[in-house]
Amino acid sequence: MSGILSRTLDRRAVVARLLAGRQGLAVVAGLGAPTYDVAAAGDHDRNFYLWGAMGGAAMIGLGLALAQPDVPVLVITGDGEMLMGLGALATIGAQQPRNLSILVLDNGLYEETGAQHTHTAMGTDLMAVAGACGITDAITADAMPDLDGFSARVHRIGNAPALAVARIAPSHALKVLPTRDGAFVKTRLRRSFGVDNG
Amino acid sequence: MSWPEQIYTVLKSLDVRQVAYVPDGGHAQLIRLVNEDPDIHAVPLTTEQEGVAMLAGTWLGGQRGVLLMQSSGVGNCINMLSLIRTCQFPLLALVTMRGEYGEFNPWQVPMGTATEGALRLMDVHILRATAPEEVGDVVRAAGRMAFLGGSAMTVLLSQRLVGAKVFAE
Repeated sequence: MSGILSRTLDRRAVVARLLAGRQGLAVVAGLGAPTYDVAAAGDHDRNFYLWGAMGGAAMIGLGLALAQPDVPVLVITGDGEMLMGLGALATIGAQQPRNLSILVLDNGLYEETGAQHTHTAMGTDLMAVAGACGITDAITADAMPDLDGFSARVHRIGNAPALAVARIAPSHALKVLPTRDGAFVKTRLRRSFGVDNG
Repeated sequence: MSWPEQIYTVLKSLDVRQVAYVPDGGHAQLIRLVNEDPDIHAVPLTTEQEGVAMLAGTWLGGQRGVLLMQSSGVGNCINMLSLIRTCQFPLLALVTMRGEYGEFNPWQVPMGTATEGALRLMDVHILRATAPEEVGDVVRAAGRMAFLGGSAMTVLLSQRLVGAKVFAE
C-alpha cells in the first residue's frame, strides 16, 4: 500500500509527459527534486523554480491562478513539500480555482535529505486528503496511462482544481539545476504576461 | 469613515485584487468589506504563511494583494518570508496587534512583544498606526512603498487603536 517498493513511476518521465507540448501553461516547481525535474524538461519563461519556501508551492500556484484566470497553472511538487503545507489544500478547495492543477510526485521519502520516510509512507493518502478538502478531481497514478486525463487537464481551464498523486520510484536521476536567481525568474514570468514593472 | 473603511478605500485606490487573511477581531469589518467586493478575491487561509506564498503568486500573475493577520501570525510567517526577500517580491501585510496594550491574555504577550523584532529579522519594513485618523495615510504610504517601490512592508495596527479584547466573565 504505502510501501516505497510499490512505487514505480519514473519521475522524469511523468514530468516530461505533463509538460510536453506546453503552450500558455505556467509551472510552479517545489523545492528539491521537482525543481530539477521541471528544469530537466526544459527551461521556460513560465517556470517558477523554488529552492526554498518549503510548504509554499501550492499557495504560490493559487495566487498566480487567481491573478491569471485564463492561464492554466500547474504546481509540481513533492510529497514532503505538500505535507508541510497541507492546509493549502483546504484553502484551494475553498476557492475552487478552475485553472489550477497540482501534481504531487510521491516517493514516500525525503530523498534530498537522506531518504527518510514521509508520512505518505506511513499512511497519509494525499488524494484522499485533497478530496476531503473539496478538490474532488483527485487521482492517484501508479502507471503512465493513469495520467492520461490529468495530462490533458493541466493545459486547459477546467471546472474545478485538479490534483494527481504520482507514485514514483526512488530516483538517482542527474540533478539538473536551474538558476537560483529568484528575482530573475520572477521578472521573467511577469513579463511573459506583459507585466513589465518590478 | 471608520479606520477599517479607510483601509478598504486605500486598498481599492491601490487596485488590490487579492486579500488573504487569517481572521482577527480587529480586521472583522475589513474582512466583511472585501468579501462583499466582487472585484476582490477574498481568501481565508489556514495559516498566515500560506498568505505570504499566495501573495508571491499574486504578484507573479501581475496583480496586487494584501495579507491581513494578527500579530501572533507574524511568527508563523518567518521562513516563508525568505521567498519575499530572495525573489524581491513586494509585500503588504496589515497586522492587528495583540499583547501590547491592555491585553488580558498572557498567551498573546510573547509573540506580540516579538512581532517587530521578528519582522526586522526577516528584513520587513515596519510602519505603525495608532490614531484612527492616521490609518488610511499610513496604509497608503506602505502600499506605495510595496507596490511602487518593491519593498516588503507591514503596517502594525496598535492594540490601542484596535482595542483590547474584552471577554465577559
